[in-house]
Amino acid sequence: MKLEGKKRVWAEYQKEIPDDHFFYVRSCIRQTFFAGSEQTFLKIMRDDLGKDIYEDPRHTTCTGIGYHGDVVPFETIQTVVARHFALATEAGYKNIAISCVTSFGIYTEILETWKHFPETLEKTRENLFRATGRVFDLPVSISHASDIIYKFRDEIARKAKYNLVDVRSGKPLKVVEHIGCHYAKMFPKHGIGGAEFPHVLVGMIESWGGDVIDYPERRHCCGFGFRQYLVQANRGYSLSASRKKFESMEPYRPDFIVANCPGCAMFMDRWQYTLKELDGITYGSNETGIPTLTYEEMAGLILGYDPWEMGMQYHNVQSLGLLKKMGITADPAKRFLTKDGSRLPEPANLLNS
Amino acid sequence: MNGSAGNKFGFTVNRSRLIDYDASDRLVRDYVTLREPSFRLCFACGGCTATCTAGQHAPFNLRRMNTFIRRGEIEPLREEVTRCMLCGKCLLVCPRGVNTRNVVSLAAEAIKKLDRNEL
Repeated sequence: MKLEGKKRVWAEYQKEIPDDHFFYVRSCIRQTFFAGSEQTFLKIMRDDLGKDIYEDPRHTTCTGIGYHGDVVPFETIQTVVARHFALATEAGYKNIAISCVTSFGIYTEILETWKHFPETLEKTRENLFRATGRVFDLPVSISHASDIIYKFRDEIARKAKYNLVDVRSGKPLKVVEHIGCHYAKMFPKHGIGGAEFPHVLVGMIESWGGDVIDYPERRHCCGFGFRQYLVQANRGYSLSASRKKFESMEPYRPDFIVANCPGCAMFMDRWQYTLKELDGITYGSNETGIPTLTYEEMAGLILGYDPWEMGMQYHNVQSLGLLKKMGITADPAKRFLTKDGSRLPEPANLLNS
Repeated sequence: MNGSAGNKFGFTVNRSRLIDYDASDRLVRDYVTLREPSFRLCFACGGCTATCTAGQHAPFNLRRMNTFIRRGEIEPLREEVTRCMLCGKCLLVCPRGVNTRNVVSLAAEAIKKLDRNEL
């Protein structure tokens, strides 16, 4: 292929990510499952990268889980998202940084709807004004928080205290990367590498010294599927999808899984315990489970953050073996202690504890 | 749907519905198609199944049987072919003119030959 043609084809898979000045919107579930990930992201942005990132305490859930669970109407979610845009407008920000892949999908879906059906935008403006008296400008850019880490991955690599390398053998760690379906499968142009070649996590892993595992079910859904999980009787569908992935990745002996979606990271972590109970299978080397990290935790480890401050002890599959492999000293006895020494609640049923 | 008594979760791991084409045995399909070429015309509308008398009283489904033949899933086919009474009502409703009764007969014959290593 001619170089010019190649550039033109690949241009469709690129995404513009702003350099600075972000309005940060949190996830409703991540703070429960991955207690320190969002705070780690903010710390990296502010302290390590020196960026201006603002969050408004009046920001709410996007109601995406309710929308995909068929209990929140589309008109309602559009108005909720419009209110978020109004908060950004009031604060003077035009670049939205989104923590959650569900929210990211919701924002992109709504912006595309407004683009193709301008009357829905006008109706939403009217609904928001009647409900709250607010007005809003459309954001200039929509970035997932992993897009931003991806953009600054080389800068993070230059400040790295650790790499994704086995310190004893010097070999790269083998990493499974999992991209949330709503990141780019719905609107490929909003994802780095589109739906076909998502590069957002691969870029981070490779910049930080790891090897990406290309396994058969790599692009398979984690199984969350909203109604698959939200209806208890349907959860077998969700669990089976995750198991399909675990079975497929297992022969490649992954050191850990990294995901950019709250649901994916949650299920790929928690379902390992459930599968142990139901099927008696524990995945990972020496049957210790495969640690599942968020991309902020991975970036935080690279930058030398304390894993317990990032909340990694609250994963079902504990990361002690992984930390040791990377050469990170973290005292297991301090996992469930606060800085002043008081006791934090310790979850039951941890794997590789 | 997936819930099971005796486990604390209220659901279980679903059985995989993966179709393993590497494991499929095409001998029966080839046997039937060669002798009854109209079998190729079936577009799985399900008219045969809807009109089937045996299917009203027994877990017999002609369309499912056709799928088993095409996919080369011999084990479930083995029992399915024994359920047909060969009344031929399905022949009357097939919009593509498939000789469905002959398909069932040939499939049953093919399985017998398969078991005798004659296929």
